[in-house]
Amino acid sequence: MKEEFNIISNLIEENTRVLDVGCGNGDLMKFLQENKTKDIRGLEISKEKVQNCLSKGLTVIEGNAESDLKQFPKSSFDYVILSQTLQAFLNPELVINELLKVGKKVIVTIPNFGYWRVRLQLLFKGTMPVTENLPHEWYNTPNLHMCTIKDFYNFCSSKNIKIFKSIALKKSRISEINKSNLNYKNLDSHLGIFLIES
Amino acid sequence: MNKNIDTKKIIISNPLKLDCGKEINNFPIAYETYGELNSEKSNAILVFHALTGDQYVSGKNPITNKDGWWSYVVGENKPIDTNKFFVICANVIGGCMGSYGPSTINESTGKQIGTDFPIITINDMVNAQYELIKYLEIEKLFAVVGGSMGGMQVLQFVANFPDKAKLAIPIACTSSHSAQNIAFNELGRQAIMADSKWENGFYSNYKLNPDKGLAVARMAAHITYLSEKGLQEKFGRKLQDRDSLRYGFEADFQIESYLRYQGSVFVDRFDANSYLYITRAMDYFDLSKQYKGNLSGAFKETKTKFFVISFTSDWLYPTSENREIVIALNSIGADVGFVEIESDKGHDSFLLDVPSFLKTLGDYINSTYKVINERRI
Repeated sequence: MKEEFNIISNLIEENTRVLDVGCGNGDLMKFLQENKTKDIRGLEISKEKVQNCLSKGLTVIEGNAESDLKQFPKSSFDYVILSQTLQAFLNPELVINELLKVGKKVIVTIPNFGYWRVRLQLLFKGTMPVTENLPHEWYNTPNLHMCTIKDFYNFCSSKNIKIFKSIALKKSRISEINKSNLNYKNLDSHLGIFLIES
Repeated sequence: MNKNIDTKKIIISNPLKLDCGKEINNFPIAYETYGELNSEKSNAILVFHALTGDQYVSGKNPITNKDGWWSYVVGENKPIDTNKFFVICANVIGGCMGSYGPSTINESTGKQIGTDFPIITINDMVNAQYELIKYLEIEKLFAVVGGSMGGMQVLQFVANFPDKAKLAIPIACTSSHSAQNIAFNELGRQAIMADSKWENGFYSNYKLNPDKGLAVARMAAHITYLSEKGLQEKFGRKLQDRDSLRYGFEADFQIESYLRYQGSVFVDRFDANSYLYITRAMDYFDLSKQYKGNLSGAFKETKTKFFVISFTSDWLYPTSENREIVIALNSIGADVGFVEIESDKGHDSFLLDVPSFLKTLGDYINSTYKVINERRI
């Protein structure tokens, strides 16, 4: 978690305006508030988590990214962050489009379904993968649209979304993803972090 | 109601131009304060009361001898902790707890003003209370807070005085009274005016009180403050002090007895004309209309931080209407947080012991106070 926060923080310039979509209990918001910028908002669907955030004095709105991002004007944030949440939406493509409207730049992180540990479970055990990063069983997972680093990379190029930076994370090892090492990074990383722009 | 209350009061000498066109001056504002103002004057919170509230937010209400109307929220070690904050609450103009209202005695006639009192609006109420803030020499409030009509005053206050509060917390309210809201208020007013003792509003001249009408108004309104689920769970079809139906029109059911009781205690503490005037002010409230149909316009000038709260079972000022405020603020990039609190206690939730509401509100106010103070240093 800490590595992911560090990478995200390093992608953000100081004193910019940030929106964290699916901000959970506000851990990333708090981290960025201490390290990067005071001007940070959150959007979260769970009442309980919204209350936890507000209790910490964080500015968070209860709402759903699929319907409530519309209320923000175009390019009203310098960065919009979607941390490990894309796979849980009914319509991830719509959400990405909304994010790209609201934010000048968008940071998306995805738990990589192409990671070899994940692949091995399906290949050898024949069961849906359950890992540290993806702890749910098939019948109770909130993750409707799992994807791999490669899937997201290809998605961006097919939709003409500019990738400024793509970073792979394995344990605490950080590396850049590019066209030539894509297959390898897709196999060897548990998390992908993308800085994109429409 | 207009009893000889030993209440704190100031006389506003500055003329106040009302929305109706009339001007008032040398009028009283009754208020109460709790806690101490710190030396930097940075810990003041102005609380706005709802339709039938008054300045007695906390502690014992000297008129009713009951707890103040927001005792769950304001007091020592409460979410708005009076060990830390200086809390101010004024009786709205139009009210009957010492501020200028229809039961105020007209000194030239020695009689109550009655329906000669001018029509007032939420805007007028807020402007009058601003005079109190000036009198208390508070340059900038830490927060303005209120539920229901109090929330409307919060919105109006920030619109009128964009740099006078650091934080605004409108709770269970709306930026514009809906047809349903107006309909229920009209029902209450008609009940009062249909009472033969109303005498066109000059009942006090005849030593009368339209208490039956006012009680019916309160009973009808009280239903709108609760939820269907809450009513069903609390009362269901339970009978009142009897084992079977009596085949008459007495209060067979507990819910009937409860409403009758609510009506009867209300008339002892509230003035019928005040009920007419204040409900009218609520009906006239339409903040977006004041800004040419664009609610965001009301908040364009402000840097005030907002925290909007609604309740799941509030059908009088439903979440959708509270959300409209959030949307208007977001559309101009204002600093706004929002949560809908789970509760089956209806609109009244903001007045009651709803732990997740009290905790969220308290934690938010305290951590925001800390953040704002740290930033200044």
